[in-house]
Amino acid sequence: MHTDVLVIGAGPAGLAAAAAAAEHGAEVLLVDRESRPGGILKQCIHDGFGVIRYEEKLTGPEYAYRDIEAVRAYGLRVLNNTFVLDLKQSVDGFSLLLQNPIDGAFRVDTKALVAANGCRERTSRQVFIHGDRPAGIYSAGTAQNLINLHGYLPGRKVVILGSGDIGMIMARRLTLEGAEVAGVYEIKDEPSGLTRNRVQCLDDYNIPLYLNTTVTRVHGTKRVTGVSVAAVGADLKPLPGSETLVPCDTLLLSVGLIPENDILEPLALEFDAKTGGPVVDQRMMTSVPGLFSCGNATHVNDMVDYVSESGFNAGRAAANYCQHGGSQGSVEVVSGNNLLYAVPQRLVSGEEAAIYFRSDKTIDRVILVAQAAGKELFREKYLRIRPPEMQKIVLQPLSPEVESVEIGLEEVT
Amino acid sequence: MEKRELTCIQCPLSCRVTVSGEGDQLKFTGNQCKQGIEYARQEVTNPTRTLTTTIATAFPDFPLLPVRTAGEVPLGKIFEIMKVIRAVQVEQRLKPGDVILEIIPGTDKALIATADMCEGVSAVVVK
Ligand SMILES: Cc1cc2nc3c(=O)[nH]c(=O)nc-3n(C[C@H](O)[C@H](O)[C@H](O)COP(=O)(O)OP(=O)(O)OC[C@H]3O[C@@H](n4cnc5c(N)ncnc54)[C@H](O)[C@@H]3O)c2cc1C
Ligand code: SF4
Repeated sequence: MHTDVLVIGAGPAGLAAAAAAAEHGAEVLLVDRESRPGGILKQCIHDGFGVIRYEEKLTGPEYAYRDIEAVRAYGLRVLNNTFVLDLKQSVDGFSLLLQNPIDGAFRVDTKALVAANGCRERTSRQVFIHGDRPAGIYSAGTAQNLINLHGYLPGRKVVILGSGDIGMIMARRLTLEGAEVAGVYEIKDEPSGLTRNRVQCLDDYNIPLYLNTTVTRVHGTKRVTGVSVAAVGADLKPLPGSETLVPCDTLLLSVGLIPENDILEPLALEFDAKTGGPVVDQRMMTSVPGLFSCGNATHVNDMVDYVSESGFNAGRAAANYCQHGGSQGSVEVVSGNNLLYAVPQRLVSGEEAAIYFRSDKTIDRVILVAQAAGKELFREKYLRIRPPEMQKIVLQPLSPEVESVEIGLEEVT
Repeated sequence: MEKRELTCIQCPLSCRVTVSGEGDQLKFTGNQCKQGIEYARQEVTNPTRTLTTTIATAFPDFPLLPVRTAGEVPLGKIFEIMKVIRAVQVEQRLKPGDVILEIIPGTDKALIATADMCEGVSAVVVK
């Protein structure tokens, strides 16, 4: 079987990519391992999605519904319950091995490939916790899935490690469903999620947030019976003598997300160690011609609106690639002063480009400056900038002689 | 009223606004602009939120339907509303926006579905 554009993942990124590729004349196949499209939005039943795109606060399923309806209107081929098992480059594109319960294993050849396969949660293996491995330890997203899609309450008395958005949202959700949340414990000196979530998920329900504090030990052999928590010093190491026991039957981990790209490994593409995703240009093309990446597979977004934006860009570019070919832009974007990262990492000259970036710490009164060979291209002032809140700027088309653009945040003194 | 400390979420500055005083004699400190006063006044007099949760359905392939209040309801009534809507079961396949309760008892707002319970985009068999 053949197609022009194959999209892996029917979350908001993949749905947007599929619709955009179809709009630009490509034949599209959309593949997802789950039984329904929507990706992670299916379990994000809270509101707050679509503020930029629709100027409304939609719930996750409502946001996904609009994109699914658009894909439906194009009459695209969608394969649910279908895993991408393997992929490789072929003479005129990519050859993928797919599997589903109806067709078994089969190959599909495609001219362009869009990887919109999302991110995964960090786990306790990555944030090391001492102790046995009793039942009752979940990632916040797993708890979200169990409660919102299956109706199982994972526990009655819960401690949450990490103040990521999903953890704070689950603190409220668990409370509404009758569980008690003993507290949210954050090792850093400020919450890692959005302020709105701290106010409306924790403060509203009097759920305590402990900063500069972490979980040092999990107690219990068969089931969690409690956790030890301790204050940490400036070096983030537990302070001796500060350990106390918090009884609980469940520990949720909300310690961050990372792009998931294992499936792309056979293609030997260039990755960015800072984002955990592939290096892309503003068309979302990776270092492998014809391979595009978008959404949380490229870098972890906090706003679904930007996820959709990247999907539209990738889908449009993939359709164009089928007709005209091309390769990744060569202008390098250097993320300088006070930046955690900036995406895209490469630019194609002569085309407008949105650049998304995060600061590496909370800073008041800063100016973002983009420059090329000492010449200023763009500047914007921010009253306060925080790492959880990704920012977007738009650069005007670059002239052909520009080889690199440096962007950085300068503190106003 | 006792002194209350709030975080204004109207802009990224996240000012800590302290509210004290009574009735229409409320005093606000810590806000860096007027929006903070409006926000804090609303929060101490009548805070409202959209409630999102799930309700049971009669369909084994879609056991829980995500729902929300059509508009904001008083924050203080959230647990009461949860009790009312926990007793509701959905017997039909609904779409986002479909009304489940015209009026949630104790409020003036409807309860609406937020997810599509119908078949997803249908799978096409390929070979
Ligand atoms: C647990 C969790 C909760 C989140 N909650 C929020 C939130 O509350 N608010 C918020 O703004 N953001 C939240 N996010 C961030 C959220 O992921 C983004 O806002 C957005 O939904 C990402 O869209 P996406 O399309 O990139 O990825 P996803 O929505 O994750 O979609 C990826 C899709 O790819 C499919 N897939 C992956 N690998 C394969 C394969 N090999 N074969 C076939 N299909 C595959 C998956 O099944 C999935 O459907 C959350 C993320 C996670 C992980
Ligand atoms: S008071 Fe004004 S400046 Fe302060 S957070 Fe609210 S809106 Fe922003």
